[in-house]
Amino acid sequence: MSLETFLFWAIASLTGLCAIAVVVTQNIVRSAMWLLFALAGTAGIFFLLGADFVGATQLLVYVGGTLVLVVFGVMLTAQGPFITMKTGAAEWAIASFVGSLLLAVLTFSILNANQFHFAALDPQRTDDPVSAHQQRMSRAEGSMSSMALGESLLGIEGATPPARLSGARFAGAAPIRTPMAYLLPFEIVSVHLLIVLIGAAYLARAKRRRGGAS
Amino acid sequence: VSDLFSAAFSASALLAIVSAVLLVTFVAVSAVFFIWLERKVAGRIQDRLGPTRVGGKFGWLQTIADGLKLLVKEDIIPAHADHLLFRIGPYIAFCGSFLAFLALPFGNGVVALNLNVAVFYMLAVMSSEVFGIILAGYGSGSKWSLFGGMREAAQVVSYEVPMAICVVIPVIVAGTMNLNAFGNDQTGGFWQWYVFHDPFTFGAFWTYFTCATASCKRAPFDLAEAESELVAGFHTEYSGLRWSFFFMAEYASMFAVSGIAILLFLGGWNIGLPVWELFGLPPDLSAGLGWVGNVINVLVFIIKCWLLVFVMMWVRWTLPRLRIDQVMMTCLKYLLPLSCILLFCVSLWQLLVPPAVLRFWKYPMAAICMLGILGMVWRIVSSRNPPPLTGMPGVWNMPGTPTYELTKKA
Repeated sequence: MSLETFLFWAIASLTGLCAIAVVVTQNIVRSAMWLLFALAGTAGIFFLLGADFVGATQLLVYVGGTLVLVVFGVMLTAQGPFITMKTGAAEWAIASFVGSLLLAVLTFSILNANQFHFAALDPQRTDDPVSAHQQRMSRAEGSMSSMALGESLLGIEGATPPARLSGARFAGAAPIRTPMAYLLPFEIVSVHLLIVLIGAAYLARAKRRRGGAS
Repeated sequence: VSDLFSAAFSASALLAIVSAVLLVTFVAVSAVFFIWLERKVAGRIQDRLGPTRVGGKFGWLQTIADGLKLLVKEDIIPAHADHLLFRIGPYIAFCGSFLAFLALPFGNGVVALNLNVAVFYMLAVMSSEVFGIILAGYGSGSKWSLFGGMREAAQVVSYEVPMAICVVIPVIVAGTMNLNAFGNDQTGGFWQWYVFHDPFTFGAFWTYFTCATASCKRAPFDLAEAESELVAGFHTEYSGLRWSFFFMAEYASMFAVSGIAILLFLGGWNIGLPVWELFGLPPDLSAGLGWVGNVINVLVFIIKCWLLVFVMMWVRWTLPRLRIDQVMMTCLKYLLPLSCILLFCVSLWQLLVPPAVLRFWKYPMAAICMLGILGMVWRIVSSRNPPPLTGMPGVWNMPGTPTYELTKKA
């Protein structure tokens, strides 16, 4: 067992335990705290895999943004000092049904992907193109994941790692993915988000009566 | 499992432990120093002396004495508090600001983790410090703490946006998010620093510093612990060691945001004057002198960060506290549009301005700024500032106070 494997299991089991605590806890702010640990653990796994950019984004968006807003909303709307949520038996049943369905889908697709393995955790293995590419990227000065992401976004030749399409089985060698620029879709999505932000600010603004009369 | 104790494992684990212990020690010791400095600066600005007794000269042991007092103080948890949240809040706050130091280079290559997205990582991790403060404010079960926590949440979520945009501006100029590369790019004279690169990075520096002051909840933006309105805000119910964790976190993040400002805008560990070339050394000291050069680089970097922290203290004890609506208005109506305009203009500047202007701009900019600073220093030094003859107000007149001899003569 190498250091990376040991760290992976330690972080992953802690993340899983915190995720269970999120569901089991009835106090909403305590469950937000457990969610903080679960999300930070996920970010830790991203860092372990050499995906610094994704890990830092995870922290910035979910911990710094979403979770703070959750607790902020609770503090603004709470009637009593500490809120507890009672969950009924029916809610438990529906939630566990949907949850196990999702788990089944994920397990099925992971088991079906015929070359799934922890590329960063298994540095000896170089026979397939994906892990070879990742090793090349991580051996370059520091970790190059953000540069690779950016080049892939612009569709620079050679930046997009050759990979098999997820979940699909191929008999022979992996078909090389054609480099694609994702800049336009990315811009469209960001402009869309900006419009949503402006719309939210418009809807939430203080309504003033026209004519200046109070 | 036996592999766990192999040589490679022990080496990397030892390295990790050594760098973590070094960083924790640095954070704790600099917090002790900053608290002493804060009191001295506050005293001097308010025409007092600050601590003078403990430890002989300048009261330099005052913080240690206070720290010992905090260690033995009773750790009270209010009956109405949510015990888990109350206990864990300080630790989350401290971890958030400590983790940022992992990616902060103190010298060329003197960094625990040379991340390619270092500045982004630091911003992300420091935003989780807020969460500890909000949990503490909510979990205390006190309305003052709750108000403090709410203000902190609103303020930090808002100020994070212009701060991040201002960080993007030098990132556009340099083309990297690696803080170590930032330090290396600004080797040479101070005119190479990114703050002088174009008019928009100059504006971005001031905007960034304002937002950073607000994100460390320092006055004039310290609404989360406004003593005059909220007793002590989010830490009203805290005492002893837990309380001191909040202050370690605050001073640590002051140093961290100053470090980001130094690295992004003010030349990192470079001294800014061609001093080393006079002795025939290369401008990058670590290449010329090895580990001695690294030690000098680290010292230069730490002193520059201390200067910025000193500016934060200076601002704190000079300006009055804003109201919460004024704080929000400053961010949303002024700083946010300003940072967006700066970001837009710096992109245009990089794309449209002819290369000659691009290369030449920094020299007059740097010259004007340095002349301004020198003029200010000259005015301070040359102005007549005689010591008071009749003792200082609010100070016991006794041997050791600066005015004692004067009053005896008079």
